[in-house]
Amino acid sequence: MSTISYKTIDKIAGPLMFVQGIDNAAYGEIVEIKLVNGDRRQGQVLDTRQGLAVVQVFGPTLGLNTSGTSVKFLGETAQISVSDDMLGRVFDGLGNPRDNGPKIVSKHKVDLVGSGINPYSREEPSEFIQTGMSNIDAMNTLVRGQKLPVFSGAGLPHNLLASQIARQAKVLSASESFSVVFAAMGITSEEANFFVKQFEESGALGRTSLFLNLSSDPSMERLLTPRLALTTAEYLAYERDMHVLVIMTDMTNYCEALREISAAREEVPGRRGYPGYMYTDLASLYERAGKIKGRHGSVTQIPILTMPADDITHPIPDLTGYITEGQIVMSRDLHRGDIHPPVDVLTSLSRLMNQGIGKGRTREDHRNLADQLYSTYAQGKDARALAAIVGEEALSDLDRKFLKVANNFERKFVNQGMDENRSIEQTLDIGWELLSELTDSELNRIKPEFIEKYRKRTSTGGK
Amino acid sequence: MADGIISRITGPVVVASGLEGAQMFDVVRIGDMGLVGEIIRLEGSKATIQVYEDTTGLRPGEKVTNTKRPLSMQLGPGLLTSIYDGIQRPLDVLREQSGDFISRGKVIPALDQTKKWDFVPLKKKGDTVSPGEIIGEVQETPLIMHKIMVPHNVEGQLSEISEGKFTVNEIVATVQNSVKTDIGLSSWWTVRTPRPVLRKLPPEEPLLTGQRVLDTFFPVAKGGTAAIPGPFGSGKTVTQQQLAKWADSNVIVYVGCGERGNEMTEVLSTFPKLEDPKSKRPLMERTILVANTSNMPVAAREASIYTGITMGEYYRDMGYGVALMADSTSRWAEALREISGRLEEMPGEEGYPAYLGRRLAEFYERGGKAIVISPEERVGSLTLVGAVSPPGGDFSEPVSQNTLRVTRVFWALDASLASRRHFPSINWLTSYSLYADGMGDWYKKNVAAEWIALRKEALEILQRESELQEIVQLVGYDALPEPEKGVLDTARAIREDYLQQSAYDDVDTYTSIRKQFLMLEAIIEFGKMETEAIKKGIPSTKIGSLESRKMISKIKWTKEDQVEQLVKDFKSKMQQEFNSLLVEVTH
Repeated sequence: MSTISYKTIDKIAGPLMFVQGIDNAAYGEIVEIKLVNGDRRQGQVLDTRQGLAVVQVFGPTLGLNTSGTSVKFLGETAQISVSDDMLGRVFDGLGNPRDNGPKIVSKHKVDLVGSGINPYSREEPSEFIQTGMSNIDAMNTLVRGQKLPVFSGAGLPHNLLASQIARQAKVLSASESFSVVFAAMGITSEEANFFVKQFEESGALGRTSLFLNLSSDPSMERLLTPRLALTTAEYLAYERDMHVLVIMTDMTNYCEALREISAAREEVPGRRGYPGYMYTDLASLYERAGKIKGRHGSVTQIPILTMPADDITHPIPDLTGYITEGQIVMSRDLHRGDIHPPVDVLTSLSRLMNQGIGKGRTREDHRNLADQLYSTYAQGKDARALAAIVGEEALSDLDRKFLKVANNFERKFVNQGMDENRSIEQTLDIGWELLSELTDSELNRIKPEFIEKYRKRTSTGGK
Repeated sequence: MADGIISRITGPVVVASGLEGAQMFDVVRIGDMGLVGEIIRLEGSKATIQVYEDTTGLRPGEKVTNTKRPLSMQLGPGLLTSIYDGIQRPLDVLREQSGDFISRGKVIPALDQTKKWDFVPLKKKGDTVSPGEIIGEVQETPLIMHKIMVPHNVEGQLSEISEGKFTVNEIVATVQNSVKTDIGLSSWWTVRTPRPVLRKLPPEEPLLTGQRVLDTFFPVAKGGTAAIPGPFGSGKTVTQQQLAKWADSNVIVYVGCGERGNEMTEVLSTFPKLEDPKSKRPLMERTILVANTSNMPVAAREASIYTGITMGEYYRDMGYGVALMADSTSRWAEALREISGRLEEMPGEEGYPAYLGRRLAEFYERGGKAIVISPEERVGSLTLVGAVSPPGGDFSEPVSQNTLRVTRVFWALDASLASRRHFPSINWLTSYSLYADGMGDWYKKNVAAEWIALRKEALEILQRESELQEIVQLVGYDALPEPEKGVLDTARAIREDYLQQSAYDDVDTYTSIRKQFLMLEAIIEFGKMETEAIKKGIPSTKIGSLESRKMISKIKWTKEDQVEQLVKDFKSKMQQEFNSLLVEVTH
């Protein structure tokens, strides 16, 4: 059927094209659109019935018309050719080379919409990834096969954070570093250049594959870009035994594109005009992180999204948070206080942390120490709020101590600059140092044997 | 009956024409791939079908075959220890057949069709049997004896009954009446129809969970219903899993509805290693898992809840206490919304269909403690615990509100508690249990006569604390009078040494009701001593540094068999320390 071209376009509305007289277009089938001037574009069938197919056009609809444009149904669903050669390359949002290199030719053609991993086949993620950043390693530990998004806001340095993770991430036991698959959706060319430069400078470009859909590119492509990236990542992980870190930015742009197509299809909107199936759609991306029993590689995801007006209850961060295994939340206050990375430890969370830490993985005191730091920092922040009203003098002695620990926590523990790569041992020792302000009995989250063992190591420790 | 033809495909909804004689909710097989779907709307011979699998690649014109049966499941030995997807396909078998990624169009029986089970008859040839009567047993797992029951519409004389090894599809007995009915080890049931009971009973006995905040303050009854709403990261899933692990129920059905794949894997890898505190057998031997992860097709998510509850009812009918955890019912409601949207139905609140409330109520109504259908009086219970994931943690949204209307226990998860790592982050001021008062007798008889008073006192102290906190916000802690400082100390002990409970610590993860009593009693007694001492002029700071105060913090980390001794030591230490404090003051 791929030989027949149809010139029966009935209507073009937004990114949608209605083609008449088609009897058996497959749902999700890819079509090739040939414009009057000879240009070619691609599209995908969104709704198919006898006599009509609704096609979503990837790329601009500029130049499309209802009389001369022809449509060819390719008889296959969206696929991508994958191979090892994709590392070190830069592609556009549809997977075409953007770096003047050759097209990827491979006998491996894979469906973009992968079927879900059978939960029975999954292996529990449990290998600690050292990112070299204290607030992540100690407090919100990332493990291989996890999906841990960064919730950021406009103007916050999430790109620096992401590139630092990509640069520094390693697994303690293994010598090999991560391969990186980078998917950009609707980011500016400036941001894209930043990432390319970062990867180049750190020498990581050779093990990186970039898919760039810039803000000037058609928004419909954005729906495809993360799927191209994840399909590539899955190939590298499960067929080529690599450990792959997928960075996807900015998921907010992706969701806007989703809303745009939903509005064009005149669907019943859910919250804030986003389609009711946004949860399912996002899950079909995020759930592609993981490890599979008996296969060597893994896919770890760090999606980045900017929260509109820093609102964590906005549908995009909200639905994301319900799917991902935690979140790293950036704080504007810390950023203003010149603390980098400005991660708000209290609202951040890593759900898989417990699997990745402890004896044999990081250190036996890790869990207890992290709990103590959390609760002390939380109480310190409460004390800070209280001091703002009643003055620091009216605080109890204990609250004053908490406040001091909280201040040090932000300045010495969270704050570490862009180039400092701390080992987990260093990170934990800094934590113990901060807690030296407290007496043994105030360390109520830490088992006595750990206090005994690790407290003495610190220089200022005392009872 | 004619096969139909696909006439339209949009996402998980397919329209087929030419399905003569089709009925609502008939299961159909769609297209060349044989995808599974269910008829949800009929106009003449045109049927609208929700498809349980991804429809990518389907074309109009492909064939649709009607199986002429509503979504049903085979119930019999082998359900326990299994893990199913939303439409009862065992995921382990699916993996053997189609690899690590779930492929489409696979139909796999829910029960192992070849395994032979040892059937032991309890009736003999010639006995008269009635609906629901147990005619024999199969040791399904070392924990659970599977009862083989007479189907609900059958009675008469046993013309035959055998003993020995049978598969789930073989006949073990025949009932002779005007017609002959064969009874096998398994039976079929349509999942959207509740299994009937004789009479429902009021729930009077708590479902003990080993979780202190739940058992002590907000208990759910066996056969009761509970809702856990909470924003992401507040610990819904951990709480649900703790319930699945430690609830003193005979059978656990855990439905992971639209949740994370890695979390289901965690359940799969931890449950077989965990031991039931009483029997010391692996917990998996009493557990059925339904795993419909968020990336599986949305229609199957809608079905997964019904699959789970049907299995729960089946074991209840055998006379067992069953607890079902659904995580999360919001995902189920969203699946309803998505399908409803594709059907272009008029939306109700926030795009949810207008029948959302009814469907939720119907679901929770399937729970309860009941005398099941049987000639001998047999009581079973089905406890339902549903997690709700309100967008943005806002409880005023439709799923939370409709759930709260029909459930009797409310465990309010609180993001601010979670962010200070107070786990389980159940807010003690806003949560409630409507069962607590009705179960007073049980606690008196089985725990201690003082239990009710103790619980009430602890709740009052917490309430008092929240009032005092407001004053502290204004004037600072130091400006508080000493007696009030004493109250805050006790409240703090309740929060930190009692309510906070680590799911990851080997000892703290489960606390028996006896230990709970001892712990709470220790804290409250210390509080009383403190109040007395403060009245006599001893400063609260001095009391805070007492050795016995530190002992309170240790109780939760202490193993069950050493708790009695520790609390005894604590009491004498406390007496001694307070006495010497008083001596200091009077001199």
